[in-house]
Amino acid sequence: MYTQGLDQQGSQDNTEHANADREREAAFQARIDGEEKIEPRDWMPEAYRKTLVRQISQHAHSEIVGMLPEGNWISRAPTLKRKLILMAKVQDEAGHGLYLYSAAETLGTSRADMVDQLLDGRAKYSSIFNYPTLTWADVGAIGWLVDGAAIMNQIPLCRCSYGPYARAMVRVCREESFHQRQGYELMLALCRGNDEQKRMAQDALNRWWWPSLMMFGPSDNESRHTAQSMAWKIKRFSNDELRQKFVDTTVPQAEYLGLEVPDPDLAFDEESGHYRFGAIDWEEFFAVLKGNGPCNRERIEARRSAHEEGRWVRDAARAYARKQAKRAAAQAA
Amino acid sequence: MTGSIDVRAAEPRLEYVLRLADNALVLGQRLGEWCGKGPALEEEMALVNFALDLVGQARMLLSYAAELEGAGHSEDDLAFLRDGMDFRNLLLVELPNRDFAFTIVRQCLFDLYQCGLYEELQRSGDSRLAEIAAKASKESRYHLQHSAGWFVRLGDGTAESHQRVQAALDRIWRYTGELFETDDVETALVAEGIAADPAVLRSEWDNQLDRILREATITRPADDGMASGGRHGRHTEHLGYMLAEMQFLQRAYPGASW
Ligand SMILES: [Fe+2]
Ligand SMILES: [Fe+2]
Repeated sequence: MYTQGLDQQGSQDNTEHANADREREAAFQARIDGEEKIEPRDWMPEAYRKTLVRQISQHAHSEIVGMLPEGNWISRAPTLKRKLILMAKVQDEAGHGLYLYSAAETLGTSRADMVDQLLDGRAKYSSIFNYPTLTWADVGAIGWLVDGAAIMNQIPLCRCSYGPYARAMVRVCREESFHQRQGYELMLALCRGNDEQKRMAQDALNRWWWPSLMMFGPSDNESRHTAQSMAWKIKRFSNDELRQKFVDTTVPQAEYLGLEVPDPDLAFDEESGHYRFGAIDWEEFFAVLKGNGPCNRERIEARRSAHEEGRWVRDAARAYARKQAKRAAAQAA
Repeated sequence: MTGSIDVRAAEPRLEYVLRLADNALVLGQRLGEWCGKGPALEEEMALVNFALDLVGQARMLLSYAAELEGAGHSEDDLAFLRDGMDFRNLLLVELPNRDFAFTIVRQCLFDLYQCGLYEELQRSGDSRLAEIAAKASKESRYHLQHSAGWFVRLGDGTAESHQRVQAALDRIWRYTGELFETDDVETALVAEGIAADPAVLRSEWDNQLDRILREATITRPADDGMASGGRHGRHTEHLGYMLAEMQFLQRAYPGASW
């Protein structure tokens, strides 16, 4: 807000203006370097604000769109206990969405605006949710792999330089790790079950493995935002570092399940202590990002139709609130 | 476990517990369908929370039913391996969700019923039922607060929302007579001090509903052509589809554990 005010004055000498900005930015960077948290009322460079709004709203949209593929199995969960666990998980994701929209709102963008951006296609959400859930095992695979990858991405965000985002992430991460364990436990039940259940589990891993690796984003040398976000301590590790960590953690879990990771090039490298894995099909990644994944249209359509069909409800709630306020005012008079 | 479980000739207490369980299970299943479709995130979360409560109640009741049956079945066997003719839920709860107005009107009518019912059942001579009722009663009161709030808000909101609520109530009304029907099973259990007396529940339900309708500026429909049969396994065409979906995995992979 403050910077905008300055920009509009226009009477100030330009070099003086630029010097003042540089000083402020230097002071800002010094605070970040000193691991201080930036709070909503603090001065911040516009680019920092924009980066955060983009990232946090994208994250919030991912939570909300992410409810759809798993929600797809609520009505068909095979036991009452599994149905409860799944519904509670999807509810958690809705809670994460709300939590993150509030964090983004502290940066001066309203939730309604962010939702509009999602619905008209200007805002992105995690591409992983453009893949379909075809069997019950997909619910397990999502918890295990997708929530698992989300945790890798989000744990460093608990130390993000922007206070409200960092604090939101602390709570979110706690719940994501719970989801990850539940998903893994679901997979374990299938892998200890009959041949048909094992087949389901293997098929789910085959379909979700590579998209999960893509969740960490393009390779470091191709990622546009990495360097600046690292300097601002919005990001603490590079995409490739996080992806490697995910592979190192997840491959032994797959082995314990007795499942085969669908990568013929996967091998443990004794020297580095890391798993080496095959090349990621970035063409697929960019195709899904562009809107040509298996379910991009369906996901956005689902969000749009919920929004459209709910319009009369939201209108009614507002109309009723206005009437109530009027009645209260009449009574007070 | 393969094939379907036949519990048609249940003894009265088992019969009664299954009626309660199936109401909770079937409405829980319906409410779960709102996931991803709510008019606002907060409202969707509320409906799915009710689904969580109801499926939770269904689990307690079905576990108890399985014990009463004594045939070695589990709560899941009873939920997933019974055919429609063995489900004892009210027709009201199996009707499709339609729009938010229909869902809220149905919920409010059902919550009012559950509140009265479980309030009474807390004093049941059956200690297991009384225990379950204590929890269900608390949850139902909370659900009612929410559904009645929306009933009024929509009824007294815009012209469109008013019209939708009135249309929903008109459509649903014929399924409310069944709530207070009684049969030999319930009459006997009422005499034993185990079940709640439907006649007692009716007047309180009527009074409270009239209060809500007045506030919502909605007109009470006439009692005409009331539907019936759910308690005895005679359902609408909708239940079969719901069960086909809900029971799919247990039916497709008999004996698997999940
Ligand atoms: Fe989440
Ligand atoms: Fe999660």
